[in-house]
Amino acid sequence: MTLAPSFDPIAEAIHDAEGIPEPFAEAFKAPDDEKKPRELVIICYSGDLEKTWASLILASTAAASGVPTKMFLTFWGLQTFVKDEVRITGTNWMQKMLSMMQRPGISHRKLSKMNFMGMGPWMMGTLAKQYGVAKPKELLEAAMALGVELMPCQMTMDMFGLKREDMIDGMGEPVGAATVIELLANGAAPLFI
Amino acid sequence: MSVLEIAAQVDARGLSCPMPIVKTAQAVKTVASGELVEVLATDPGSQRDFVAWSRSTGHELVEQTTEGNVHRFVIRRK
Repeated sequence: MTLAPSFDPIAEAIHDAEGIPEPFAEAFKAPDDEKKPRELVIICYSGDLEKTWASLILASTAAASGVPTKMFLTFWGLQTFVKDEVRITGTNWMQKMLSMMQRPGISHRKLSKMNFMGMGPWMMGTLAKQYGVAKPKELLEAAMALGVELMPCQMTMDMFGLKREDMIDGMGEPVGAATVIELLANGAAPLFI
Repeated sequence: MSVLEIAAQVDARGLSCPMPIVKTAQAVKTVASGELVEVLATDPGSQRDFVAWSRSTGHELVEQTTEGNVHRFVIRRK
């Protein structure tokens, strides 16, 4: 099929659309280019100090940059969000023993390497202070003030025997994996830390 | 230094990433649209970070100057 060189189908269509009555012209108009910021979902899986730190730096910065940010707290990552003063969690002996072996709470995180009975985290904390690096607790407070949403994993809550009152204030409702998958399927950027 | 009407100030000197940005985002929330926030920071990375941050938030980076090791940013809330 050959067309006359001057034939421009889009220009033709626009020309035609201009002639049609108002209600129809409205229907043919392209939708308003509404720029919706992409969401960020950080899946906090690890309870290690250095990874918790990285998650909270990214979460607070994303929220500060106007990116709607959610943190899905699961497995060891959920232990970080137990109140600092809660020592033993769970109802049966295994749950209690696990919390004994790895103290929950954001101020009691251990390094994955070179923990040396707390010597590593102490040195990290001292260096952080010296170099003006905000501690995880401070970053968490900033992140929450900037609107970062905390979504605890229901399954982890159950498995570790964690109760709502064990967790820090300002947490959202516990959710499951399907909630996270829906966010990702709808285009949220995922980070698995 | 030009004379600008500053509505809020952030002293982030001595603070490391991401606190200059986090504190600025909090300060910007306290001023009205069109008002200015002045930030002082010593983090060398902030020079690039504030440019990126203003692009992603839409707040305008009105001024960016450096005196010694102190970087000064003036931001206009969108």
